[in-house]
Amino acid sequence: MKKILLSLMAVSLFTNMVFAGGSITIAGSTTVLPIAQVTSEVFMDNNPGIDISVRGGGSSVGIASLIAGTCDIGDASRAIKDKEIAKAVDNGIQPKAHVVAMDGIAVIVHPSNGINKISKKDLKSIFTGKISDWSQVGGSGGKIVVMSRDSASGTYEAFMGLALDGSKTRSDSLLQASNQAVASVVSRTPGAIGYVGLGYVTSQVKSIPVNGIECTKATVLSGEYPLSRPLFMYTNGEPEGVVKEYMDFVKSAEGQKLAEEQGFVGLK
Amino acid sequence: MIDAIKFRNYKENTYKWIFTILAFSSLVFLVGIIIVLFKEGLPIFKEVNLFKFLFGKSWYPTYDPPEFGIFPLMLASFWVMIGATIVCVPLGIGSALYLHELASFKQRAFLKPLIEMLAGVPSIVYGFFGMVIVAPFIQKLFNIPVGLSLFTASMILGIMAVPTVCSITEDALSYVPKSFREASFAVGANRWQTLTKVIIPAAGSGISTAIILGMSRIVGETMTVLMVSGGAAIIPKSIFDPVRPMTATIAAEMGECAMGSKHFHALFAIGLILFLVTLFFNIIAEIISRRYRLKLGLGR
Repeated sequence: MKKILLSLMAVSLFTNMVFAGGSITIAGSTTVLPIAQVTSEVFMDNNPGIDISVRGGGSSVGIASLIAGTCDIGDASRAIKDKEIAKAVDNGIQPKAHVVAMDGIAVIVHPSNGINKISKKDLKSIFTGKISDWSQVGGSGGKIVVMSRDSASGTYEAFMGLALDGSKTRSDSLLQASNQAVASVVSRTPGAIGYVGLGYVTSQVKSIPVNGIECTKATVLSGEYPLSRPLFMYTNGEPEGVVKEYMDFVKSAEGQKLAEEQGFVGLK
Repeated sequence: MIDAIKFRNYKENTYKWIFTILAFSSLVFLVGIIIVLFKEGLPIFKEVNLFKFLFGKSWYPTYDPPEFGIFPLMLASFWVMIGATIVCVPLGIGSALYLHELASFKQRAFLKPLIEMLAGVPSIVYGFFGMVIVAPFIQKLFNIPVGLSLFTASMILGIMAVPTVCSITEDALSYVPKSFREASFAVGANRWQTLTKVIIPAAGSGISTAIILGMSRIVGETMTVLMVSGGAAIIPKSIFDPVRPMTATIAAEMGECAMGSKHFHALFAIGLILFLVTLFFNIIAEIISRRYRLKLGLGR
């Protein structure tokens, strides 16, 4: 019996030593989730012994867990609020923001569509159901077929926040399961309008400027384009140790390339 | 000598146990699935009452406050099922009758594997075909705003269910004893009369089973409807309206909803309803087919 106990202790000591590389807990925004997942997978492959666990939950959950000290990195698709900063300071936490990528959402129509620009106001009217015909926004007439993403997706959430000011999308909008599906259906439906991450705009669809500003990498990075926003990872003070190593990796050219593969706009 | 027998018994018993465990393992999976469906699905009814869940008309699971009305989703599944059944019943039963009654040996050897190959095509291929080729074609043909609709989904799903309906119908036809046919010919009935008055009624319950299992396949189909039905959670007013069946909702949203949230439980509750519906279909099919065996004197 003693022998078993002893060997168990030895094993547990040994495993502790193996994982002494450290562990990171990440929680928060479902929009940032894919970036966190992909970068942490590659980071763990490159640094065996470091263990990263990634959870979703939403931006508020991410910041709340950082304040509560239950995660090392809190993901958020919005900036931290004053109230949250006050609460963090009370808890002895100094949230530091790191922009890890930009989210840019392009508005796309069928290439044959005569419309060449749209205002943010008309865009909102179309997606909330106030406008249903192309002639009402300067097009050549015909029913507008509204393509949206599934209501659980990060792109939907971003679009609802940036373009619709939090209003509901019309109930007869066609919900597609992926950015590719939206682009593919819009490219085959003359009366369609949809939105996709900038990385998914193809030559088979027409991306139209919103409020006169075209959706390009440059306008998204400068924040000029109306449907763009920065995506954050928050740490407690300046990151140190493994957290710093990971944050440096996310901001490196390789990390930014991984973010772009997920449909975001990289900073480099 | 005795040792050898003992060893053989031992070996036999081992095999017996291995196969018993294998046979019962599917039961374990089934029970596991049922437990999980109830455990994860029922919590939503603490938040939303059952009546509002089943008959609520708006499905905005991520909006604040969320709305979990699955009536449009259930209606979508129902109409797609009806539409696809209208497509697959004539095609499936017609081809089974042709294969069984009219086809020459050569045609049969060629057609039967071909129809069965339809069943082997992955559902995502049907979905892709529907989305990229059929939907734009229908959109141009009828000059409607969009081709992804109840109509397209019914058509594609109907074709997908043809092999199920056809092969079970054919089995049912071949179970009709030869003596029935011979007796019919003996009293002077021609081929058509024998078919409509003797063979089809005798195989009737088998054919009903085929239709019900086909319907059950249609209701449970996921990938294809996700791609071709359009995905709008509305109560359809025409067959060219986009719809959002229950399976497509689960498939599209499960991946991106937070575990343990209300939305998560609501999706499981939809799964639970789907499970009960298909269970109901399968029980009906089983009852009908058992009766039919008895009727033909094939019962055990």
